[in-house]
Amino acid sequence: MSDHAAQPAEPLFELPSELAIDTDVARRVIGEFIRAQLGQAGFERAVLGLSGGIDSALVAYLVSEAIGPERLLCMLMPYRTSSPASTEHAREVVRRLGCASELVEMTPMVDGFYGRDGTPGAGGSEDLEASPLRRGNFMARMRMAVLYDRSVTWGGLVVGTGNKTESLIGYTTLYGDSACAFNPIGDLYKSQVRQVAVAMGVPEAIVRKPPSADLWPGQTDEGEAGFSYPQLDRLLYWWIDRRRSDDELGAMGFERSLIERVRRMVAGSEFKRQVPPVAKLGPRTAGLDYLYPRRRPGSSRDGA
Amino acid sequence: MQPLRVALAQTAPRLGSVDANLEQHLSLVARARDEGAGLVVFPELGLTGYLLQDLAADVAMRLDDPRLAELAAATDGLSAVVSFVEESADHRLFIAAALLEDGEIRHVHRKLYLPTYGLFDEHRFFAAGDALRSTPSRLGVRIGIGVCEDFWHPAVPQLLALDGAQVLVNVSSSPGRDLAARHEVGLGTATSWRTLMHAHAQLTTSVVVFCNRVGVDESISFWGGSEVIAPSGETILAAPLYDEGLFVADVMLADIRRERIAMPLLRDERPELLVRELERVIAERAGLPGGETGGDAGGEGGLQ
Repeated sequence: MSDHAAQPAEPLFELPSELAIDTDVARRVIGEFIRAQLGQAGFERAVLGLSGGIDSALVAYLVSEAIGPERLLCMLMPYRTSSPASTEHAREVVRRLGCASELVEMTPMVDGFYGRDGTPGAGGSEDLEASPLRRGNFMARMRMAVLYDRSVTWGGLVVGTGNKTESLIGYTTLYGDSACAFNPIGDLYKSQVRQVAVAMGVPEAIVRKPPSADLWPGQTDEGEAGFSYPQLDRLLYWWIDRRRSDDELGAMGFERSLIERVRRMVAGSEFKRQVPPVAKLGPRTAGLDYLYPRRRPGSSRDGA
Repeated sequence: MQPLRVALAQTAPRLGSVDANLEQHLSLVARARDEGAGLVVFPELGLTGYLLQDLAADVAMRLDDPRLAELAAATDGLSAVVSFVEESADHRLFIAAALLEDGEIRHVHRKLYLPTYGLFDEHRFFAAGDALRSTPSRLGVRIGIGVCEDFWHPAVPQLLALDGAQVLVNVSSSPGRDLAARHEVGLGTATSWRTLMHAHAQLTTSVVVFCNRVGVDESISFWGGSEVIAPSGETILAAPLYDEGLFVADVMLADIRRERIAMPLLRDERPELLVRELERVIAERAGLPGGETGGDAGGEGGLQ
């Protein structure tokens, strides 16, 4: 380090200035949020899926800071094609935080359905040819099932680890990685996740590596989507948070083709962000004209 | 003249749990008394929590409710501003703030402006009040009470001051949002509120007492940051963001006179001018005869 003392340190990531947040305030708000969600539900513990990526690593840090690492269980759930580095990074987070962890191999569950090496699984022989997308979604839902099972045995709520960027563009699996009891980082863009992660000391290797769903070897979010997170975050921020029109976005330098593509992705994934509609028939219907907070006196696990 | 000791009860109400909140109010009133306070202020809907939705009807209280009587009975030799859901005789539900003094309910202010936009949905569940009056108090000065959004309409503090109020009390449940590093204290909401409350103090040459809650209802975090502001606009007390607590400050009521002599804004107010021009504006906005345009402001009838 001292050799380069005169030079400014290379930033760990690119942060668009309009997305800069006060990380102390963010940590405080999120900490209160986590404690309130657990407290109001009558839980003292939490469980989450730790992939080795930055989002779940950050949530593990935030939960540990909010309630103490001894109350957190991190589930490591690799598949046979998952990057070994992912598991190593997840182990490093667990080691640094000192939280509980458990490793569950997803391979028997996923291959048990789709089959392997020419031997059909429960899904039948045609599923041997299942696309990576189907496998990826299935895997995400199997992980969800494991988390909700451990939610019972560990006695903790499942904490969500999806960020605002991926939620808005629909880069999530419905009832898979997006399933949770509550989500502390769902209103932080990827660039802001990185900012808080650096402030909290998430290992640098995790902050630096290209984001990946790790559903197949070599996959990266940005490679798959064809744009960079800082670019996408800025576009989403000015369009959605700051209500800029397409013309205004164009004048700001965003390419028309990008604007249109992102607009389609957001509109096309609206269903993933909402509770499924119920056919309105009776006088009072949940979500329409029966509107109660999720937690109220009597709704906590302990009846409080 | 003795300084007035003001206590700000920056609480985190439990949503829907009137009994628990009442207990906390009683203990904080007792603490405020022990600390020599003459006025103790609780946040908007401090007795019920904010995000009630359909729970509003379940937690509503008539003004003769024994629980309010119990709280009022604790105010012997003390002034307290408390807030709850008031049900009128004809079963309208109001967000109310009451001045309790010497065992009695002295004054009730019903929230006038119900935000129903963005993350707010108040008008769906509540009726808007339609009276704005300052009230005499045992403190020797008249008090003007507003609830949260009421003070985002500058006529409210101005009318209260014209009606004789020298201490303006705003009780709030302000949800924190627009987290960004560019804002003072990292939070857009806090920056806006501080700007407005200081402006109100200065423009009305009154003491402003702003009590905002903390804690979490569902997705929303309340940021606290309650303040007591001198008629000059100077900060007397700034409570921390997000911390629950009872915060106490001494207010020199003599400063109000001093400021109003030095800065006679209220003397120079022109309510008769306001009324005349407002009547014209009201007619024009409604497209009624009597406005200068004699009807639709944009129509052909503009020059009759």
